[in-house]
Amino acid sequence: MSSENLKKTPLNAEHRELGGKMVDFGGWDMPVQYSAGVIEEHMATRTRAGLFDVSHMGEIWAEGPDAIEFVNRLTTNDVTKLVDGQAHYSALTNDLGGVVDDLLVYRFGQERLLLVVNAATTDKDWEWIASHKADENVALRNASADYCQIAVQGPDALGILQGLTETELDSIKYYHFATGSVDGVESIISRTGYTGEDGFEVYASPEFAVHLWNKLLKTGNYGQENGILPAGLAARNTLRLEAGMSLYGHELSDSITPYEANLGWITKLQKGDFTGSEELEKQKEEGLKRKLIGFEMKDRGIARDDQAVYVDGEKVGYVTSGSPAPYLKKNIGFALLPVEFANIGQEITIDVRGKHLIAEVVPTPFYKRQK
Amino acid sequence: MSNIPENLRYSKDHEWVKVDGDTATIGITDYAQNSLGDVVYVDMPRVGDAFETHEAFGSVESVKAVSEIFTPLAGEVSEVNSGLNDTPESVNSDPYGTGWMIKIKMKNPGEADAMLSAVEYEEYLTTVS
Repeated sequence: MSSENLKKTPLNAEHRELGGKMVDFGGWDMPVQYSAGVIEEHMATRTRAGLFDVSHMGEIWAEGPDAIEFVNRLTTNDVTKLVDGQAHYSALTNDLGGVVDDLLVYRFGQERLLLVVNAATTDKDWEWIASHKADENVALRNASADYCQIAVQGPDALGILQGLTETELDSIKYYHFATGSVDGVESIISRTGYTGEDGFEVYASPEFAVHLWNKLLKTGNYGQENGILPAGLAARNTLRLEAGMSLYGHELSDSITPYEANLGWITKLQKGDFTGSEELEKQKEEGLKRKLIGFEMKDRGIARDDQAVYVDGEKVGYVTSGSPAPYLKKNIGFALLPVEFANIGQEITIDVRGKHLIAEVVPTPFYKRQK
Repeated sequence: MSNIPENLRYSKDHEWVKVDGDTATIGITDYAQNSLGDVVYVDMPRVGDAFETHEAFGSVESVKAVSEIFTPLAGEVSEVNSGLNDTPESVNSDPYGTGWMIKIKMKNPGEADAMLSAVEYEEYLTTVS
């Protein structure tokens, strides 16, 4: 598909100006990397700061007296536990307990929730959510076009963003947010991210995206030694993989349940019925048949997505994500395996384009930042 | 703009060849390394392996992707650049120097003459980019 037919974020021209290599990502024209390259972008985010355009993510408002009850019925985490100014990670599940999408749920008030969903699944999610509204008193609004979203991530992220806002960022706890002005632009400032680093995701009206982006680059001393770097989708993927985070369409899908993907911690059966909860309860009682594991390559070589995993010469599963890990300087990945092989230390082999290479099941996350 | 040394021969698969008697040194071009991005692994053949013209002799992997590398010339591998095991990034930083991949003892030493010259390769690049 030529780029004319793709959706563009308000920062498209900025990406091209910064040497972005543009690719089709779920129908969006997005930078896979900039001129520094994926390894530099990854390392900058781990050691200094990286700037990410995530404006393609979807935003859906649920407002009204039954907003909490409604979202609680469609998602796995317990929305009643959220307080104003808090967000949590959750999953939209289907009737079989498979994952429609993973998302963030933000509580702005007793009657006001914001759901932030993946870009490629925004339309699917919107249809799913809207079609599951019963007689609840809740107004739903797909507001994806009303927001740009810029993530500043890494050990220097707080300092850089603090230079542009009077909101005291240090008082915003992890997975909490505040509304405030960022260089004069009314924004939602959320202490969340997808890199394994401290950092913030800033939501604002798309007309201010270019202003915010350039201000953040400037405040972060882009272009100078030890400055911030704009980081593309490739670095976003390697950063989340090292940090042991799932990517929808890989570790999560309509046919993979939260339990299989190690997301029991966001699956709150005790909160009462939600879509798929019966199936999930059954799965929990009967025990899992397969499970997501992290692996590290022992042989030289890099496992890639969808390659087959073998134990004792028999095909037992597949790689959901495989990649070099630039910070750890190892080759790592996730695979879905029968539970009997999902133990730390288990040796597996992976069919890497005809060569069977040895890997070992290891604990995740692969990388955990020093606090 | 890609760097295209005049003294080398080129293939449409973006390999370069430097001929010295009946031996040809083979690597990938500046254009190829730039399209691939950061190279993190190069999978190479063993000394003594024989290849036909346009046969894949190995692969070069960036963080994001895998590309096969083809030998533009038939022959037997006489040397491999084992330095790339530790510093695969040489393929990015010095594709025509320390980033070379293999040396081949050519089956038909005349074969390189049929490959693209620097001028022809530069022209070819305008049609692909």
